[in-house]
Amino acid sequence: MIYLQLFFAFLQVGLFSVGGGYAAIPLIQSQAVEKYGWLTLSAFTNLVTVAEMTPGPIAVNAATFTGLQIAGIGGAAVATLGCISPSLCLVSALAVLYGKYKKNTAFQNVLQILRPAVVALIFSAGLRILRLVAFDEQTIALQNANYIGILLFAGAFFVLRKWKLNPILVLLMCGALNLLFYAIFGWI
Amino acid sequence: MKLNGKTLCKLFISTLYISTFTFGGGFVIVNFMKRKFVDELHWIDEQEMLDITAMAQSAPGAIAVNAAILVGWKVQGFFGMLTAVVGTILPPMVILTVISFFYEKFAANRYVALVLQGMQAGVAAIILDVAWGLGTSVLKSKEWLHYAVLLLAFVSAFVLGVNVIYIILASLAVGILKEALSHKRRCEK
Repeated sequence: MIYLQLFFAFLQVGLFSVGGGYAAIPLIQSQAVEKYGWLTLSAFTNLVTVAEMTPGPIAVNAATFTGLQIAGIGGAAVATLGCISPSLCLVSALAVLYGKYKKNTAFQNVLQILRPAVVALIFSAGLRILRLVAFDEQTIALQNANYIGILLFAGAFFVLRKWKLNPILVLLMCGALNLLFYAIFGWI
Repeated sequence: MKLNGKTLCKLFISTLYISTFTFGGGFVIVNFMKRKFVDELHWIDEQEMLDITAMAQSAPGAIAVNAAILVGWKVQGFFGMLTAVVGTILPPMVILTVISFFYEKFAANRYVALVLQGMQAGVAAIILDVAWGLGTSVLKSKEWLHYAVLLLAFVSAFVLGVNVIYIILASLAVGILKEALSHKRRCEK
């Protein structure tokens, strides 16, 4: 019974969260906190923090965590399955359709116009994160600038462009260097 | 499509590896996938990866899972899709299960926060590096409509904060309109 509830609660999260992680947060809250009371609000807030700090989609993280709390490993598996099953059906249908019509000229011509928009979206997502890295606060002002962050970004961008370094290695080096900088220059 | 055990194995290891290190949301994983499956393994071409990004973003559900489904189908059909999805959801499930035992301490730990803050700078660099490469290939197209769509989409997303779904739908509408008009012109000739 509890497995079914977990499955259907997270099925709704998977089905109605369009556009990635931040769209899923209010849905998870309404199911796990408000409707079923599986998590307290403070546990949920911690969960969001941890989900942001760990790899993986926020919905999968939340499903795993809530399932574990309520019904152990089985619960985690059922909740995660619920959360990904709408994608499994809908996106698989998209994949098959795409494979079928990919060579169609009219379809290709329409996609030609979509692609520059996607490039712009990727660019915008990167700039948003960069803004977060470069300025600690919401307002963009010189006194809020995080010079270490800007330096790390510039270095990482350079080695990626110039030497095509493995991005995951770059990521780990950025994390280690940030820790090192703060250890050397003191805690600010 | 012939099922190839070696390819499936490589697909599983690649998605497992990519998913383990994907901090900071769906666009990051798409960038890692582009580097791995387009630049390194040549399983998918650049145009297809952009289409996959658009579909993963506009369909419901987590972008990382959606992208894994699309990449898996493309590479090895149904079983490729299953392999890629398992590879993508396994790392967060395992990591979160381990962390759930001490998650309050983890969330408040200063060293963890500093490492993650540094990694965020790396994430920005990775995304912008991929965007740079893709952007130059759009500029090479020498089509004014492509430039206009790129510019308008960027201003709507970054400056105006318009929901990504609307931007994708609007560009799709422009594409359909353009195709309908040129089709009509072809018919008249």
